[in-house]
Amino acid sequence: MNARPLLRLLTAALLLSQLGACAIQPWVKPYERERLADPIMQFVRDGMLETHREHIHNVREASRGATGVQGGGCGCN
Amino acid sequence: MTSTPSSRRRVLTRLLPGALLAVTASVYALPLAPAGLAPDFTLRTIDGQNLRLQEQRGQVVLVNFWATWCGPCRQEMPHLNRLYEKYRASGFQLLGVNVDEDPRSAAALATKLGVKFPVLPDGDKKVSKLYDLSAMPQTVLIDRDGRVRYLHRGYKEGYENTYDQQIRELLKQ
Amino acid sequence: MAATEAPRAWSERWERTLRACAALKGRRARAAAPLGLIGGVLAGGAAHGVTLPEDKAEAMYHVYDGGGVRATGPALLVRKSLADKVSLSASYYVDMVSNASIDVVTTASPFKEKRTAYSLGADYVYRDSQVSLSFYNSKEPDYTADSIGMDVSQEVFGGMTTVSLGFTRASDKVERKNDATFQDYARHWQYRVGVTQILTPRWLASVNLEAVSDDGYLGSPYRVARVFGAAVPERNPRTRSSRAVKFRVIGDLGSRDALRGEYRYFWDNWDIAAHTAEAGYSRYFGDAWLGDVLLRYYTQDKALFYSDNAQADTVYVSRNRQLSTFNSVAIGAKATYTVPNVPAKYGVKVTGAYEFKRFKFSDFTDIRTGQPYSFDAHVLQVYVSATY
Repeated sequence: MNARPLLRLLTAALLLSQLGACAIQPWVKPYERERLADPIMQFVRDGMLETHREHIHNVREASRGATGVQGGGCGCN
Repeated sequence: MTSTPSSRRRVLTRLLPGALLAVTASVYALPLAPAGLAPDFTLRTIDGQNLRLQEQRGQVVLVNFWATWCGPCRQEMPHLNRLYEKYRASGFQLLGVNVDEDPRSAAALATKLGVKFPVLPDGDKKVSKLYDLSAMPQTVLIDRDGRVRYLHRGYKEGYENTYDQQIRELLKQ
Repeated sequence: MAATEAPRAWSERWERTLRACAALKGRRARAAAPLGLIGGVLAGGAAHGVTLPEDKAEAMYHVYDGGGVRATGPALLVRKSLADKVSLSASYYVDMVSNASIDVVTTASPFKEKRTAYSLGADYVYRDSQVSLSFYNSKEPDYTADSIGMDVSQEVFGGMTTVSLGFTRASDKVERKNDATFQDYARHWQYRVGVTQILTPRWLASVNLEAVSDDGYLGSPYRVARVFGAAVPERNPRTRSSRAVKFRVIGDLGSRDALRGEYRYFWDNWDIAAHTAEAGYSRYFGDAWLGDVLLRYYTQDKALFYSDNAQADTVYVSRNRQLSTFNSVAIGAKATYTVPNVPAKYGVKVTGAYEFKRFKFSDFTDIRTGQPYSFDAHVLQVYVSATY
């Protein structure tokens, strides 16, 4: 199986993540994340409802995947 | 168009270094806490009193930065309250610096949790910037001479036992 | 396209990445195989901050009614954390299907069937990383699916960026009712990578990429294709390889409301290309109510071997409307009520959601009328969630 294009993009994502160690400093401080910690700022707020919707779409449509992983939030700990 | 075991292994070995790299990527220098004297600040409590850090000299002070929107902060509050009640008579002061945009939500939550120590709203984030607040919550332990002795970033179950030990140690000095 | 040498220098790899990105769309990928989608979605669910997911218990009743198919059933989920280190979850889902869809009605007779799915998950948080494992099993009279997945997510750049990787491997057993001689398998591999980036204290964006590959029996033993007007059993390729990339953005608008938008582009080696666009708006009303509206537009073009009525006898032929050219528009609304006067450490929420969907096919005819087929569907979900 050839997942080389995917691996390349993955490497790019990881390299980008290393940029943080260089010149640019994080510009949103942990204490400025009040709005991001709000539940309405999550892409998927009710996992169970979204899973059901995703299932309905997968059964009727040919496309699948890239449903997404969440980041953001309060960033505590 | 079939996948072979060796090509699949190759994919996984390619993926693994990437994954490991991602895990270790978080280990880059976090901003360091002030190593010497704790920076002085003055804030008004929710009751309207002015409180200055320097006036607490001679007491052991625990400064806790918290917010109502931070889950671990809410978990930590009852433990801090317990520690405050336990040691306040022995020369211990606990200051809860709150970084909510609306001080009323801080006051409401403090009342709901039965918090006895002073809650100091820092709406314009002056004190947070002064202390280079790099995690939520953050706990700074200051000794009787006003020096920063311990710094805790975040809160996990069991941290309150460490606070207890450290407060006791600083009170003895 | 066997890789015979492994580039060592990062710069070399970076150059190849740039070239690969440009060539990605035209590349024909080799088969690999995935699908335990539900498991993947559950595993890749909520990794925000680096705190463990909250303990909760949820119960939902779902209804889908459209195109002659009615699927209803309960779903339950329980999640509990142990020692503030690991969060375990278990869920149960049932679909009671009453199927009188156009395929069933025109080639057979309506039937009823029950599908049960179980899944288990474990999430472990260590400093800035989260590792999630998930197991999934789905069973119906003629189809069993099992999958195992793993997702790793890492916060970097002061917690502003979350990088995640995930993998799911699924294995299915395909059977045919009233025919003990038919038995086949289907295997699936899913690889996913995602980056979420905080743009400002009010805006968040993410990019997700997923490659799915399948191997084995990828059709339905009951479905027929049409060649020169006659019904023949459908013939699908035994492998499929697809890619999907999704861009999402969400922002706080300042008056206790948020707006989100997402776009996904999908393409595979069956020559299907699909676009999905979704927009949603959420708003708080008072202390206890939260409302959402959403709009979704979906369009896809047909698989290479799909034909409503094939005029040539090709190696692969299918009349599966899931592979045809069609579009679907959906509009939905959701309301959540937070129950007051509940003891402090609990949080109980009741949610009701409704979605109306319209499917319009361009090259799939309703043989009862001779017109291109279209149907409306209603989705209703009622759900109670309690955190403890």
